[in-house]
Amino acid sequence: MLNYIKLIVLGLIALFAMIAANYARDLAYMIHAIIILLVSAGMFLWVLRRTDEPATLHPQTEYMDGVIRAGVIATALWGVVGFLAGTFIAFQLAFPALNFDWAQGYANFGRLRPLHTSAVIFAFGGNALIATSFYVVQRTSAARLWGGNLAWFVFWGYQLVIVLAATGYLLGSTHGKEYAEPEWYVDWWLTIVWLAYLAVFIGTIVKRREPHIYVANWFYLSFIVTVAMLHVFNNLAIPVSIWGSKSVQVFSGVQDAMVQWWYGHNAVGFFLTAGFLGMMYYFIPKQAERPVFSYKLSIIHFWALIFLYIWAGPHHLHYTALPDWASTLGMVFSIVLWMPSWGGMINGLMTLSGAWDKLRTDPVIRMMVISLGFYGMSTFEGPMMSIRAVNSLSHYTDWTIGHVHSGALGWNGMITFGALYFLVPKLWNRQRLYSLSMVSWHFWLATIGIVLYAAAMWVTGIMEGLMWREVDANGFLVNSFADTVGAKFPMYVVRGLGGVLYVVGALIMCYNLWMTVKRSPAVEASVANAHATPAE
Amino acid sequence: MEEYTLLRQIADSWGLLVMFVFFIGIIAWAFRPGSRSEHDNAASIPLRNEDAPAPRTGDGPARKEEARNPQ
Repeated sequence: MLNYIKLIVLGLIALFAMIAANYARDLAYMIHAIIILLVSAGMFLWVLRRTDEPATLHPQTEYMDGVIRAGVIATALWGVVGFLAGTFIAFQLAFPALNFDWAQGYANFGRLRPLHTSAVIFAFGGNALIATSFYVVQRTSAARLWGGNLAWFVFWGYQLVIVLAATGYLLGSTHGKEYAEPEWYVDWWLTIVWLAYLAVFIGTIVKRREPHIYVANWFYLSFIVTVAMLHVFNNLAIPVSIWGSKSVQVFSGVQDAMVQWWYGHNAVGFFLTAGFLGMMYYFIPKQAERPVFSYKLSIIHFWALIFLYIWAGPHHLHYTALPDWASTLGMVFSIVLWMPSWGGMINGLMTLSGAWDKLRTDPVIRMMVISLGFYGMSTFEGPMMSIRAVNSLSHYTDWTIGHVHSGALGWNGMITFGALYFLVPKLWNRQRLYSLSMVSWHFWLATIGIVLYAAAMWVTGIMEGLMWREVDANGFLVNSFADTVGAKFPMYVVRGLGGVLYVVGALIMCYNLWMTVKRSPAVEASVANAHATPAE
Repeated sequence: MEEYTLLRQIADSWGLLVMFVFFIGIIAWAFRPGSRSEHDNAASIPLRNEDAPAPRTGDGPARKEEARNPQ
């Protein structure tokens, strides 16, 4: 019966998409209508072929791992795409000729830059978060995912968001809000997908067989709930026409700026921090094979982090039309954030106490530990940059870019790689990874890449900040903007090389994971069964 | 009273107090006497039920037993 309703809905969507493609007022909208037409028509056939066939079983005695396997593949794939885009635009900045004439308006820096940020944050990071949260919530709740195939809807729905967002940026459909660029219909679709994600996650927690909700799930849940709230408020916009991609923001002026950076900083605080801390609180204890250092500290870490992060946004708006009290508030909360950030980092690192020798023998745990190192470094740097006096030097310079990348490449990237190295043998039932020395290669390439990147951006950022404010004896500015651009060239090349190293590391990881699935010996059935027997 | 002024006053008086008391309460709750065994049990959750969901019956005693000897 449900399948008949699905067929009707898919048919209507396909029909609407055909009409929309015909009436489209802009190219991005037309392409998107065609994509939606193809997807819904394909889905229609897929559902039709399965109608009146036996339904997929969801045995409650097994974990639902298929969707997690798909998520792991998507994470690795989008990761490489996002890193490649980032490396390419880094070289576009160093060598402007790479903004090819034949691709003007589609593949120049301005179009590719949001493609890169969204690909790494939402496609790579988002898929990593969805996949790991599904894995962690099942294991720590000792229950199968709630909602049957709803988890698959979340996975594929999210991939559709990514494809629509990425094609939209290239074709010029954008809100122009950092990290919230997709236009209104993509926002609406993401809201539906996200609520389904929330339902799957909460449903699994509700039917858990463990009396306590493990701390990783608190972090994941705060990430899902907060991102839902941020996404809806920051994307309150009225479409100009239902046949076009353009929409107009409800807020204007400084209110719009404040909502944007309330969103933007909490995208960092909840998407890139709280969610990934959920990963940390599961995968580090698993890989170290010992419980987290202090569970009490993890409780305080959680509440302190979520109570403080939500206020930190206004530090993006120093020296603007935003009232001083508001930006001071953001600055103060950013500085107080030192405490929970470092508390959490110490909690993760100290989990290894008594097992520090693993750092020498296990490159996967080394990857997880260095991610905490970069987390500590960037959460030290961030509050410092939020201080108004420091911000007057650092704002609008490459220092900000360096800071973001030490957090994103170092913390988010490395902890995700660690989680992927942990997950692939488990999910494909392999005894071990194909090659540990390749993990070491990945580790060193990525680490050296980040160091090159961050160091180059510190030099160029502080240099250009100082050049912008340099005045001569008569009070005239000494440097033109083009002077600063010229002076930055060597650092831009170094930054691009750092990116190349990071991409090569990620490609080695993909090969290693592929070979793990293909070549690594499978866990023998008897061993697997002995392992699966509950210790009662 | 203007809406902005009203919200601002609620935020920097009662709102601030409620959040602060809530936060202090959480710290006190985390450190309450006798919470150690419960926290040790919670901390060892990732180290069990790795391959399959927990069975429906016999949850309680089995779990306590495991908590005492994680792995």
